[in-house]
Amino acid sequence: MQNLGIDVLFKGTNFIRLLAGLFTAIRISLISVTLSILLGLAVGMLMTSRNKIWKTIFRIYLEIVRIMPQMVLLFVVYFGSTRVFGWNLSSEASAVVVFTFWGAAEMGDLVRGAIISIPKIQYESAAALGLLPVQTCLYVILPQTVRRLIPLSINLITRMIKTTSLVMMIGIVEVLKVAQQIIEANRRTSPNAAFGIFAVVFLLYFIICWPISRLAVYLERRWS
Amino acid sequence: MEQTLLKVQHLQKNFGEKVILKDLNLEVRKGEVIVIIGPSGCGKSTFLRCLNALEEIQSGEVLLDGKPVRKELKSVSTMRQKIGMVFQSYDLFPHKTILENILLAPIKVQKRDRRDVEEEALNLLAKVGLADRGDDYPRQLSGGQKQRIAVVRALIMHPEILLLDEITAALDPEMVHEVLEVVLSLADKGSTMLIVTHEMAFAKAIADRVLFLEHGEIAEESNSPKDFFEKPVTERARQFLRSFEY
Repeated sequence: MQNLGIDVLFKGTNFIRLLAGLFTAIRISLISVTLSILLGLAVGMLMTSRNKIWKTIFRIYLEIVRIMPQMVLLFVVYFGSTRVFGWNLSSEASAVVVFTFWGAAEMGDLVRGAIISIPKIQYESAAALGLLPVQTCLYVILPQTVRRLIPLSINLITRMIKTTSLVMMIGIVEVLKVAQQIIEANRRTSPNAAFGIFAVVFLLYFIICWPISRLAVYLERRWS
Repeated sequence: MEQTLLKVQHLQKNFGEKVILKDLNLEVRKGEVIVIIGPSGCGKSTFLRCLNALEEIQSGEVLLDGKPVRKELKSVSTMRQKIGMVFQSYDLFPHKTILENILLAPIKVQKRDRRDVEEEALNLLAKVGLADRGDDYPRQLSGGQKQRIAVVRALIMHPEILLLDEITAALDPEMVHEVLEVVLSLADKGSTMLIVTHEMAFAKAIADRVLFLEHGEIAEESNSPKDFFEKPVTERARQFLRSFEY
């Protein structure tokens, strides 16, 4: 049987460091997700408004986010904008900015989709019962929108957690970067650690993302 | 003669350039059941939707108890509480249970006591034969059951008049009957109703007055449904009624 290089994981503080890296990744995604959801709600509502200018602006915004690779955005913000505008942006702050810029667009599109998927008759039957527009929104439209939205936004969360692996490219020491460091440091003694350690990283991502994605499936079933 | 409850004067409704309803006039007395029939696209559903201001009207007036019903007015919510409406498609709120569907408006809009309304709701549910379904969700019910709930949801507001917009048009034939039974029992109790329907036998059985609408106008009006369905006066009505025969 080949040596899988798992033993390296238990040398010194390697495992703790790996978990700390994972924590960094989760912290970045949690902050970004929270900001994305808040901004996304606003973006989504503006996208459904009748104002053509807002609609066009957000259409273009969404297209840019979809077309541009996240890594290029990270480079533009962290290496580019700091030089051109001379501001002091830490690598973690840059990551949050980029992920929020991306997440707010995606979330906005989800919110827009959820709002327009509520049939017109729901508004009308509420109005016919004498509900005021505010009450219609609060008791009839919003609860249905949220139900459609939650499974979709949970999927966005897992995508964001996965994509945080890119932030090592701007010098953030997250789980993948820690893994690389551990492998590099043990290259002579356990060359196979490249397999073992990366496999552990894979497992860590799985342990975090799998329950979240199951939750989305569960909610989708329950509320459909 | 009973007092006039609803009055429609010179109602005009356009969609863009197209005229949908032309100078319609109607007086509905308390306790009267009026059935509106006519070919599709004649404006009969739009007419009902103008009566509770779901549609804006271009000119004319809708008066309930002498007070205007108009979309732009602040009083529109108060007026709509007095006008119950049931739609063609099952329009229950899918995220709420049957009981919550029924209780929402009386509690939130009329600010009535929850316990009182709940008791009334259970009574009404029993009357339409769905006493044990209060905790179910709309998706667990058949079309006919959903439509009976929609009627209950309108009734619990104690409306002065009920508008029924083709409430059996989307139902399987065997479910039509159970819904129309409920409507017939309401008519027996003296409810004032305006009914748009394609069920001619039902129309004949329930109507005090029949309006035949075509191209946004009342082409024929009859106080004797029996006469209207057997020997309509106008050629247009005759042709329309013939389309139901085989």
